[in-house]
Amino acid sequence: MAQPRRALSGKLGNAGLCERIVNIGALLSRIVAAVGGGYAVAALASVAVLALPMSKTQAVITGELASFAIYAGAVVWVFAVRSAWRAWAGLLIVAAPLALVTWAVASGHMASLATGGTA
Amino acid sequence: MTSTPAPKTKPQARSIRQTMSDLHTWSGLLVGWLLYAMFLTGTVSYFKDELSQWMRPEVPHRQSLPDPAVVAQHVGDQLVTLAAGSPQWSIYLPTERNPVAGVFWRNPPAPKGALKADASTPRRTFEEATFDSSTGRTLQARETLGGDFFYRFHFQFHPLPVLWGRWLAGFCAMFMLVAIVSGVITHKKIFIDFFTFRWGKGQRSWLDAHNALSVFGLPFHLMITYTGLVTLMAMYMPWGAQTALKTPMDRAQLSAQLSAFPPPGKATGEKVPLAPIAPMVREAQARWGASDVGRVSVTHAGDAAARVAVTRGESTRVSMSPQYLLFDGTTGKLIDVHDGVGPAAETRGVMYALHLGRFSDLHLRWLYFLVSLGGTAMVGSGLVMWTVKRRTKLPDPTRPHFGFHVVERLNIAAIGGLSIAMTAFLWGNRLIPADALRRSVTEVDVFYWAWAATLLYALVRPAKRAWVELLWFGAAVLALLPVLNAVTTSRGLWHSLTTGDWVYAGVDLMLWAFAALHAWLAIRTARHKPKAKPARVMAPVRTTASAPINAPINASLNEDRA
Repeated sequence: MAQPRRALSGKLGNAGLCERIVNIGALLSRIVAAVGGGYAVAALASVAVLALPMSKTQAVITGELASFAIYAGAVVWVFAVRSAWRAWAGLLIVAAPLALVTWAVASGHMASLATGGTA
Repeated sequence: MTSTPAPKTKPQARSIRQTMSDLHTWSGLLVGWLLYAMFLTGTVSYFKDELSQWMRPEVPHRQSLPDPAVVAQHVGDQLVTLAAGSPQWSIYLPTERNPVAGVFWRNPPAPKGALKADASTPRRTFEEATFDSSTGRTLQARETLGGDFFYRFHFQFHPLPVLWGRWLAGFCAMFMLVAIVSGVITHKKIFIDFFTFRWGKGQRSWLDAHNALSVFGLPFHLMITYTGLVTLMAMYMPWGAQTALKTPMDRAQLSAQLSAFPPPGKATGEKVPLAPIAPMVREAQARWGASDVGRVSVTHAGDAAARVAVTRGESTRVSMSPQYLLFDGTTGKLIDVHDGVGPAAETRGVMYALHLGRFSDLHLRWLYFLVSLGGTAMVGSGLVMWTVKRRTKLPDPTRPHFGFHVVERLNIAAIGGLSIAMTAFLWGNRLIPADALRRSVTEVDVFYWAWAATLLYALVRPAKRAWVELLWFGAAVLALLPVLNAVTTSRGLWHSLTTGDWVYAGVDLMLWAFAALHAWLAIRTARHKPKAKPARVMAPVRTTASAPINAPINASLNEDRA
């Protein structure tokens, strides 16, 4: 699972079982990244929207409306990139700033971020 | 389209179209059977009111609609005694499509001493009733869910627990969305291929049909999938609301943006009779138009704190955002006009309305129905294609591996079987005695037993025979249903045509149209001869040839996204 799938695609017939296990591991990793990670990113984004300068109720609804596009995009990303590692890295790169904003929103520090539109 | 993620020799990085093709195949297959059922029952739901009429033959055919204000008054007068002490009741006023008044009310809270008895025998907290719109009396029609069964099935898999069903539906819809996006990326020459259709070429024809159906309805499929998620978004994505809205005030503000059910306040206990409802409805009619009053909701009728909300209907605007007039229930004075919501809520209202399609007149509804049917065929053809394609690659087609076997049989039961189950539901409606106990539950049971029977049948018969036989059986039960209708009710097709009852005539004729469709599918399936050899050569060519060309596209796309 540690290596990109491409590196494993050698013509070594005797490494079949090992390769198979690693491949299945990478695939499972991607599935978890897509279903769980994608939902997490979408959920974070739906909260981070609250930092935008708009009324609370409208921001809540905007976040809900947009979340499914973000989720779908995340799933596509996870399966588009070369390796499961890149998939997770991409999700984390997007999730980190969203998590920061979400934390700020949830703990009431959103005033300082409200103008930035970091989400 | 190499789809098995199992080991294969991969000489180079997989192009984005290959990975998206895999994603498309697997996301489609994962939820395909449920999606097919959601699509088909959802499609039928565009005529759910008409189906409900057809399933209640005791409700007489009406040429003209009575004044909603008068109906509301009649029904309200009855409810004062029928639903005495109820904290909230709602009257859904008759429309062109549904000539009866549907009512539901909350039961009054149980007295403290009765709590123990309630725990053992859970009491329904809601009551429902149907009223004849001209006499204002309760209708003695057979107990049935009518078209609402298909409607409830399509987004919550009724009678599954509502929460489970909706999460399951949301999961399927989410993967439908992923399948659409990945399908578009996979299918590079999307518009060129739309015009090249190859009939009678086995696998190629399935692919072409699947593509044509998908491309033709693409905007609709995308819209219907996304808006479907939007209808239940507060449940799927509750985190924003939970973070931002801490006080009951906040939450009331949100719900005012989304729904037209003003929360019942506190009853005072002081008995004051309810003011006449008709003038309130007339005031709403003056504002929105005579036939555009959807619902009258009353909280604490008979109490000094009574409120009446007259809500705008759904038929004259493309939005479900709440618009209502709030009246003081004791004096009949207008207290509040709620006629607009914020931009995000309005967007959500429009998306919701686009999904339900209740704004549409008859022509648009038929268009919705047909394109939606195309969407059903898109999902169905995608499912079938999986087996058609893999059959050609099987080492020994007579002894397929387990996974293939499962997909093949589930396809037969999910596609061929569902038509039979849905028709069986309608047969049940005509055959179960009108006064039977738990009648509407039994109808639903008939649906599931019929479906289970088709699965069993699909498991024991050879695959192709099972397809053909179930399709013919479906055609037969569909074709005979109008005959059964003519025998068991006084409202057969001839009667409907001569009296101008287009709802009854329309349902009967549609059943025959569907019967013809099933017969056609049965004939085509029976004549189908798998062309194993040519397909085997063609399949790999398509994918490998495109791989190198797409590698740079893949790289740049990845950079863009990172």
